[in-house]
Amino acid sequence: MAKLNLLLLAVLVACALGLVTSQHKGRKLFSDLEREHEHARELDIEYGRLQLEASTWGLHSRVERIAVGALGLRSPDPRRVRLVARDTPR
Amino acid sequence: MISAVGAAAQGLVRLPVWRARFVLAALLAAFAALALRALYLQALKTDFLQEKGDARYSRLLEMPATRGRILERNGEALAVSTPVKSIWAIPSDVELKPGQKGKLVALLGVPAGELDRKLAEPARDFTYLKRQVSPDTAEAIAQLGLRGIYESREYRRYYPAGEVTAHLIGFTGVDDAGQEGIELAHQDSLGGRAGSRRVLKDRLGRVVEDVEAIRAAQDGKDLTLSIDGKIQSLAYSALKSAVLQHRAKAGALIALDVRTGEVLALANVPSFNPNNRARLSGAQLRNRAITDLFEPGSTLKPFTVALALETGKVGPQTMIATAPGRMTLANYTIRDVHPAAALSVSQVLQKSSNVGAAKLALAMPREAMWDLFRRLGFGAAPQLGFPGAAAGRLRPYRSWRPVEQATMAYGHGISVSLIQLARAYTVFATDGELVPLTLVKNELAATSERLISAQTARAVRAMLETAVQPGGTGPRARVMGWRVAGKTGTAHKQENGGYAADKYLASFVGLAPVSAPRVVIAVMIDEPAAGQHYGGSVAAPVFAQVMQGALRLLGVPHDAPFEPLEAPAGLDETREST
Repeated sequence: MAKLNLLLLAVLVACALGLVTSQHKGRKLFSDLEREHEHARELDIEYGRLQLEASTWGLHSRVERIAVGALGLRSPDPRRVRLVARDTPR
Repeated sequence: MISAVGAAAQGLVRLPVWRARFVLAALLAAFAALALRALYLQALKTDFLQEKGDARYSRLLEMPATRGRILERNGEALAVSTPVKSIWAIPSDVELKPGQKGKLVALLGVPAGELDRKLAEPARDFTYLKRQVSPDTAEAIAQLGLRGIYESREYRRYYPAGEVTAHLIGFTGVDDAGQEGIELAHQDSLGGRAGSRRVLKDRLGRVVEDVEAIRAAQDGKDLTLSIDGKIQSLAYSALKSAVLQHRAKAGALIALDVRTGEVLALANVPSFNPNNRARLSGAQLRNRAITDLFEPGSTLKPFTVALALETGKVGPQTMIATAPGRMTLANYTIRDVHPAAALSVSQVLQKSSNVGAAKLALAMPREAMWDLFRRLGFGAAPQLGFPGAAAGRLRPYRSWRPVEQATMAYGHGISVSLIQLARAYTVFATDGELVPLTLVKNELAATSERLISAQTARAVRAMLETAVQPGGTGPRARVMGWRVAGKTGTAHKQENGGYAADKYLASFVGLAPVSAPRVVIAVMIDEPAAGQHYGGSVAAPVFAQVMQGALRLLGVPHDAPFEPLEAPAGLDETREST
């Protein structure tokens, strides 16, 4: 009887330690997850900023100014443009 | 007594019984006190204690929601929210040394007097020193390490396209809530909802466990508009230069995709910079294309002609006597700029004859005319989901006298918005069906409502094509490589209940390519004051410029040979009186 009790006590202690360990691991993983979430959020914010920057640099008036001014581009004469029909019309 | 004496004699002292009882009672009392205390703590004060305990490690986190982005149809950003810092202070806690104050003033960019005034209100616990400063500035202020001055994170909305899309997108207030335009119309879906959750934090402040989500944060949804950024930009710059060139008060332009009812461009001049809204006037803020009403003038004639064709009494070649170029009805004289003895129905449109249009109208029941105008959407606010869309004025037909019916045939005595007019022209672009409009991207073909027969629509389209040929009123609307059809309008502006003699509103509405219409564009220029004021010379060139760009950008196949367009011979061609 006493042996059984001792065995049960040992199992109990093992279980208790296991619980503490797994909870600790769980919290650690959760904190990692949190950090990644925060990172994702920051990346999203940065994406927004970059999108903003891309739109600002790619402003049509700016592109046109540079194309015409600095690069000397112009629209081709319509007579020299050929349109190719799509194989599968939408 | 003997036993006691005996015990004493044996060296034992028998203690009085009351002492044992006293100790017992004292112990019992102590247990009772403990039990009561336990009861008090566990049952009565448990909430308070639990709270105190939680406060050591449990935290309520605010979960901010970001506002959705607004994108044009190809995915380029038109409005993006990004975090910025706001600087605030607790006035009674602030102690500034003279040097620090100078630095703070320089960083904040506010006058020293204003800063003093804000900090001199000890009654207030909280005052914003400056809202929405850039992250760099906020960092620099934090480096100063000032007592009583704090910063908090906020969102600020940026509009990269600036004045080009200002009226359409609108803007948000300082609290990131929509105040105008699309920002206001779609506030519910763009706005999102901040949430909060309870978590456990460890000694180092890391979140280690989620206790409960009190309310999940919901980020605003991104919104993709029907607007094409390139066409929009082209439309705005063409309109702006036309308004400058003709020293006009204002201008507006709308471009529609006929197949889907999508608004491809919507531009207004004068505009404003939504990123910096100091010193805005009401005139700059008005979205004229949607909220302003005007008498459309001749641009309404095609509908009169279409109705006349629908009744079957006339055909495109039926001659109408228009001599001597005037017609008097109840003290009011309707005039033509180019008096002709007789014009065919087709020529009435080509030459923009008021007398011809009036005669056609008077031959029809007023109810039929009213019904067509009503079904075209005049007199009712368009279902656009845009704040402030104007309904226009279409009076009930019972109150029409003949002179009113006659003038309405060429667009006087009725008021419409530019977007209503553009939409109405879709009946000529789609073989008779009115297309519902949308500002949100929509790839599906629209479900349209048939108003006139395909035959009539095609006939009117052919007439509108002659109106932009040499000999018509709008040859400057032509585009090399595509067949174009459209109608000019030159209306006197109403002022003080009458028509102003020298203030005009020039307009042009048209479609292209004629063989398979894809785009409808409506242009309106308000009070051109640099000499020219006819729709054919002021508004038509803007139409041509934007139409050419739009067709090219959409990849619409050509349906006309590439012949240089001969310039119209003098201004005479482009004249008209309404």
